[in-house]
Amino acid sequence: MSTQAARVEEKLFQNRYLVDQGKPHIVVQPHTTPSKNLVAMTKICPAGCYEQNASGQVEITPDGCLECGTCRVLCEPAGDIVWNYPRGGYGVLFKFG
Amino acid sequence: MIEEKFDAIVIGAGMAGNAAAYTMASRGLNVLQLERGEYPGSKNVQGGILYADMLEKIIPDFREEAPLERHLIEQRFWMMTDRSHTGMQYRSDDFNEEKPNRYTIIRSQFDRWFNKQVQAQGAIVISETTVTELVSDAYGKVIGVRTDRSGGTVFADVVVLAEGVNGLLGARAGLRPTPKAEHVALAVKEMHFLPRETLEARFNLHGDEGVVIEAAGTISKGMTGMGFVYTNKESISVGFGCLVSDFAENEETPYGMLENFKKHPSIAPLIEGSEVKEYAAHLIPEGGFNTIPELFGDGWVVVGDAAQLNNAIHREGSNLAMTSGRLAGEAIFQVKSRRDPMTKQNLALYKKFLDDSFVMKDLKKYKDMPALLHTQAQNFFLTYPTLVSKAMENFLRVDGTPKIEKEKASVRAFREKRSLTGLFGDAWRLARAWR
Repeated sequence: MSTQAARVEEKLFQNRYLVDQGKPHIVVQPHTTPSKNLVAMTKICPAGCYEQNASGQVEITPDGCLECGTCRVLCEPAGDIVWNYPRGGYGVLFKFG
Repeated sequence: MIEEKFDAIVIGAGMAGNAAAYTMASRGLNVLQLERGEYPGSKNVQGGILYADMLEKIIPDFREEAPLERHLIEQRFWMMTDRSHTGMQYRSDDFNEEKPNRYTIIRSQFDRWFNKQVQAQGAIVISETTVTELVSDAYGKVIGVRTDRSGGTVFADVVVLAEGVNGLLGARAGLRPTPKAEHVALAVKEMHFLPRETLEARFNLHGDEGVVIEAAGTISKGMTGMGFVYTNKESISVGFGCLVSDFAENEETPYGMLENFKKHPSIAPLIEGSEVKEYAAHLIPEGGFNTIPELFGDGWVVVGDAAQLNNAIHREGSNLAMTSGRLAGEAIFQVKSRRDPMTKQNLALYKKFLDDSFVMKDLKKYKDMPALLHTQAQNFFLTYPTLVSKAMENFLRVDGTPKIEKEKASVRAFREKRSLTGLFGDAWRLARAWR
């Protein structure tokens, strides 16, 4: 894990979440070569949810998602991802917001 | 889920949704409000500053009970380079008035309180429920919503879309486009806790007085963005935001930018020794007047961030949200009391109210600002702050150089970096966009 990813993980550790196990609310569509915006998400996602795997595809683990919608704006219109809100009551639970 | 048909369904319990639900419920309408969070407020993120006037128009005596943090008596605007800031500061004891004008708030707590007032007016509020789809009749009129609860279809005469900046429902139903990357900013924020006395000593505050710092300059590395520091009672909200389109073209991470801002020599001493208790992220609509979508249609209206109602120049969002929610509620009430149907034609009353209010007047005034700042980001966020800082240093550092030479050097630096045509052009464009 890069130091940057470690740093954001430390930040997410402060937050409360109720993860909807096995039902990710954001899904990356299967691809061989990721689009420019999808690769950009590995940097822009404020929760560091996006990572590029060894064979070059971009994957998402949305457990730490802050539900900001940055990836929706950048990647949904072109069909790179499917973006939904988590089921009611699940996801990030802000204490302060 | 619920068999009966409502006068109105409000989607979302943020500022706009609560204002709309309160306005309608207090006028006797049968209102259902749906919120996807654990409780109203638990998904809501803001800096955040509350403007009293807009809330007073909904709940006049809110100061007696609402969870407010500090009333603001001081504003600092900082133009930053990596090692300095040039500031403009306004502090006035006149802001220590009986009914202060601006407060800092913590949204999850404030929204929870606001929503309790909505419920006290008789609205039914159901949390932990995500609305998945709008339901329309054969003619395309919105007649209700589908939720993620089993058997979760509910019907109403009108649906108020207060679904926030990521308004999925409206976008999926084709009522408005998904915002473009250049029309939204991504802001990240941390809550830094400090003992009250420490915080008040650092910011020169007494009692519930508060300070706001808003900073721009080289801290955004040439991108259109800004940092902020807001004082709460026992915590400091520290955040940083940039346009999503700028982030997409740079290699910077939002948390890296926030860390960088926190390490700035002008910021670090203010938050030193604090305990961080939360990290949040949120999108802010920045497109202004030219990106406002269709605001009403057959059986629906859209309010707040979902409608891009945000004044980026004055950093006002929640008051436009509250006002649009209130005006939508009033329009719906008027249509309802005339026993008219909730058609597009009748709901145009909401747009009329909005046009007559400060919301549209302000957004119209600054309609050219977003484009100007976004296309000139390098100049406004890198070149000018650096030049101003150099000029200030030049003015203040005493080293035996004759003053006339110092002045000439400062003027020369501006001309070299930006040329006279560039300087006058920027000033002209800025003045025109501001007018």
